[in-house]
Amino acid sequence: MCSLALFPAPLPDGQTTLCESNNELLSGSDAEERPKQVRSTQPQASLGLWFDRTADRNYQLTYGGYVQHHNPILLFKKASYPELICNNSAVSFPPAVPKCLSVSSGCTLALLQWVSSFHGSLFPHLTVSYFFLSDCVVRAFAWHPHTDKFAVALLDDSIKIYNPKSATTPTLKHRLQRSVAAVQWKPLCASALAVACQNCVLVWHVDPCSLSTRPSSGCAQVLSHPGHSPVTSIAWSPSGSLLASASPMDTAVMVWDVAAESCVPLQRVGGGGVTFLSWSPDGSHVLAPTPSALFRVWETRMWTCERWPCVKGRCQSGCWSPDGSRLLFTVQGETVIYALTFTDAPGSPGISTGTSKGPQAAAVVADLSETSFNTAHGDVIVGGEIQSLAWDPRGERLAVLLKGDPQAADRPAIIAVFKTRTNPVFELLPCGFVQGEADAEPRLMQFHPSFQHGALLTVCWSSGRITHVPFYFLSAGVPHFGLSGSPLLPRPQERCSALANQSLFTEMIS
Amino acid sequence: MFSTQQSCWFIRKVICWRAAASIAWAVLLLPPVTAVFVILSRFSLLHPIHTISECFSLLTSAGAIFSLILLCGVILMVGFLNLEYYTVIPTIACSKIALLGQLLHPRQFVNSSAHCIMGIIVAWCCAVTIGGRYETIGYPCTHSDGSTHMCLNEYHLILLLAGAFVGFSHSLLGVIHNMNFVSFHTVQQYKYLRFKGSLPLVVKCSATQALYSVRNYVVVYFFLGYIPKAWICKTLNLHLNSSIHPLDSIAGLLDLSLLYHLWISATFLLFTWYITLLLFRIFVTEVYNFPVQSSFTEEAHQCLPKVLTDKEPMILKFLALQDLALLSQHSPSRRCEVFSLSQPGGHPHNWNAISRECLSLLADLTQRLVAYHDTVATNGRAKSLSTGSERKTSSETSVTSGTEDLMSPRPTLMMKTPASVFARSIVGGPQSPLTAPFTPDLDSPFASPSLRRLTAPVEQCSPWHGTVQSPHVMRRVPKLWSTSTDSQANGSPPPSPASVASPQQQTSKPSLLAQFLQNRKEQVKHFLAKRVLIMYLFNKLPEASSQALFADSQAHIWALEGISYLIQASFSEDQFGVVQTALPSILSCMLVLQEAVDRHFKLPHASSKPLRSASSMGDPTYKTLRFALRATLKTAIYRITTTFGDHLNAVQMSAEHRKRLQQFVEYKD
Repeated sequence: MCSLALFPAPLPDGQTTLCESNNELLSGSDAEERPKQVRSTQPQASLGLWFDRTADRNYQLTYGGYVQHHNPILLFKKASYPELICNNSAVSFPPAVPKCLSVSSGCTLALLQWVSSFHGSLFPHLTVSYFFLSDCVVRAFAWHPHTDKFAVALLDDSIKIYNPKSATTPTLKHRLQRSVAAVQWKPLCASALAVACQNCVLVWHVDPCSLSTRPSSGCAQVLSHPGHSPVTSIAWSPSGSLLASASPMDTAVMVWDVAAESCVPLQRVGGGGVTFLSWSPDGSHVLAPTPSALFRVWETRMWTCERWPCVKGRCQSGCWSPDGSRLLFTVQGETVIYALTFTDAPGSPGISTGTSKGPQAAAVVADLSETSFNTAHGDVIVGGEIQSLAWDPRGERLAVLLKGDPQAADRPAIIAVFKTRTNPVFELLPCGFVQGEADAEPRLMQFHPSFQHGALLTVCWSSGRITHVPFYFLSAGVPHFGLSGSPLLPRPQERCSALANQSLFTEMIS
Repeated sequence: MFSTQQSCWFIRKVICWRAAASIAWAVLLLPPVTAVFVILSRFSLLHPIHTISECFSLLTSAGAIFSLILLCGVILMVGFLNLEYYTVIPTIACSKIALLGQLLHPRQFVNSSAHCIMGIIVAWCCAVTIGGRYETIGYPCTHSDGSTHMCLNEYHLILLLAGAFVGFSHSLLGVIHNMNFVSFHTVQQYKYLRFKGSLPLVVKCSATQALYSVRNYVVVYFFLGYIPKAWICKTLNLHLNSSIHPLDSIAGLLDLSLLYHLWISATFLLFTWYITLLLFRIFVTEVYNFPVQSSFTEEAHQCLPKVLTDKEPMILKFLALQDLALLSQHSPSRRCEVFSLSQPGGHPHNWNAISRECLSLLADLTQRLVAYHDTVATNGRAKSLSTGSERKTSSETSVTSGTEDLMSPRPTLMMKTPASVFARSIVGGPQSPLTAPFTPDLDSPFASPSLRRLTAPVEQCSPWHGTVQSPHVMRRVPKLWSTSTDSQANGSPPPSPASVASPQQQTSKPSLLAQFLQNRKEQVKHFLAKRVLIMYLFNKLPEASSQALFADSQAHIWALEGISYLIQASFSEDQFGVVQTALPSILSCMLVLQEAVDRHFKLPHASSKPLRSASSMGDPTYKTLRFALRATLKTAIYRITTTFGDHLNAVQMSAEHRKRLQQFVEYKD
């Protein structure tokens, strides 16, 4: 199942992806003509930003991803080890092996892994070592969940807020705002912005009507807990009531009641710290991977968790479908995307323990192993390890950031975009590659949370440029939290039928 | 009659069982805790194995079992006191004198003496288990003349007294830190996990608190130790052994092993009590599922809409509101019952009862805020007039009327009007039981005298008796000048009341005698106000009145959450449109409250954050409830505007509210 072979070939050098229109990715050659061309197709999206690295050259590159030394062990399995059966997994015991041997070796493996998981929780700092990935001036990026403004964290630890409706761009600086790793706006709020810093979480209250360009540090709440540093990821609950923060050096996930500035540490044995957090859009689950080959999915009703040991490596990235029922994730060292389906409906009556209803194993939905494309400029190899995933809020486009190889010229980092459908069955279809300028590699990407005309992917490039790539389409289903009263037009069928035979993944209805 | 019966139902069937379960767990945890204590208290580095075997033999001895039974009795008593004294609304003292009053309250006296006695019992058990020189109160000793007597074992005595002291200080600190306040957590967790999560905190708290208590105790014993020593000697006919150093000397107290044993005993004592308290809190605040509607009439009084409207007991109301907030958020099937129509008749009784109760809670808070603002804002204006700073927050009417009042004070008769606003929220107990924490403002002798005089009689003449009021109506009334304790604290003395009173004599002449007495009183007050100690006692603590105002805001937070989630869900789940009819009133209620809260936060001290207290078992969440309420209120309004979007244009509301709502729709607030 080599999915990338079905993709259209990547663009030649100098060409950049502009937008998707009429089921086609449009490209342009010159960066200068880009706004014009976009404007000619659709007038709505022509935001663009450019951060010059030269201005920030004297800042040290301090934060990046993690390297981590763990031997890959086995399968995707949920909590209990001895039953080593997995429908889609890479490894399974051949039938010739006696059953007792397989069971005993499985138990030994489980025991080994259990013991090794203690290693991570006792010495979380040993499993994580930093390497300098972020050569990008933009450290973090966040769209406001309801409006068109966004916050950008720069290498010098300042945060700028851009709002197309206002002339001022407030710059947030704070004494404690060091090595910013993530920013996120509070949902259902106009002003609150959470910032993950070295030693604390800052919650800025930036009055949208204020004309001040430098809000005072009195506008920021400081949330800190001893031993909880460096904070590298934060996630607001979609209802805006709670904030979760995590650190790869701390085994506990902190759930903050921001107004009261109190926190509840959620601690479980095993795995070490928590590398990132992702709250499902319906608010029912939180994904919390650890630096070892284990990730947890917290259920937010009673805050219990499911343990998911991985086959190889740690969980690299994950994203939730808009209805919160499906989790896509990738694993370090593998080139596939896995999916987990959470069948227990959010808010089912009573208290669901998740042990009986939850999924038993992850399914592979896409294989992004290396594929070479013949282009005019020679072969280009695309594919490999996956850096991050992003799913648009309507559940129609899935962007996959492929790491590539920074040393090899013919293996660029690239964003592959899939068309997805979640209803009635989960489907993946190829859409195309999003490319930037010749030397620029994509670093961060995020979909606009409330783009009216389809999906808007914002990409932060290594060159310091931030571009917005709109995908214009008519939504197939009624948007989940959509508010436009008029019924939506049916999706144009002509291209779908052409692509129907290229479907990459279709869930089988059992 | 009916409601008391019902409250009995809940207390009897739920709260008592929960308390019993928590005490049972505390008793079950006692043996392991005692074992750890025994090991820690007798541990010697040189003979570890010997210590452990000794500990085992000790733990199985009859004496240990007897003391364990005694300790169980203490735990039962502590659990009972927890159940008796717990509260879901903290009592916040607005001045030092109020705090003193709380400490000297007879109820508190009973509590303190009970803790003292229990402390002595626990300390006796500790003394017996530690053994050695602590074991008995008397020992035979030989005098210099060769005769044998029973002598007082001061080590035993010092441990017993330490227990009493720690128990007493625990009970006093309980009042100061509001330790009997039971707070509800926003993050729901299973009881075991919550207990496990708070255990390290409890250990830390008890250890540090024991350290402080022992430090204080040692100082007290050094100075006053001879009194109980002499008394015990006299009553028990014991002698003092003159050959041994007395312990209330520097040399006697600088015994490290003694200090360690005092500390470990105090830690053990506090730990067992804190564990009991923690378990009680965890059990009592557990979510209780009320049925939304019941098909049996005899269970009708246990259903959520009925239970919500109950005033007493408070815990029932809080648990009902918590359940409402959770069901509106997580449970579609129960939401469906809320939106359903009654079978014969087709009335949305459930929704009506729930929304009415939530709205009345919110309106009550609005009233309280407006009344408070009106009493305080006059002082703020008096100040702002002198400093020239501008107050945009209050409407022009109140500003002008305020200045008017200052320039030409009205006769006492006219002062009734604003007081009635104030009075209703205080005296109107039956209508608003939640306003209790507001009263401390009145207790201060420095509160406006006219206010206090008028609180009682005017309640009946108030035209708004028991109705929901918009603050616009209230703000139109003329304002009253009141002595500000706040401004005195800030060092800007308000104009002398005597000078204000003199023009009164010209405008209208009530009885001269009353006027004279009034003047005298003011003079005495003024005289007293200059004394440092008096001022120290009577000064309002900063932000305490603000905390007191929002002391029960957890209820409002749940009401806001519950109603906003229900409205959000109604967009897709409400088949009969029952929510739509209430939407205008809910929105306007929220907007009015939002305005009142905004105004409140512009007062001095209102937006200052409380200091993060160090480790203490007292739950400090009540100090930040006002921030939580503000955040929840905004989120609730945004939740409604995001869900309904442009449809809100079809909702009927006043132009002013529409303008404010538009700001929310555009995410500009």
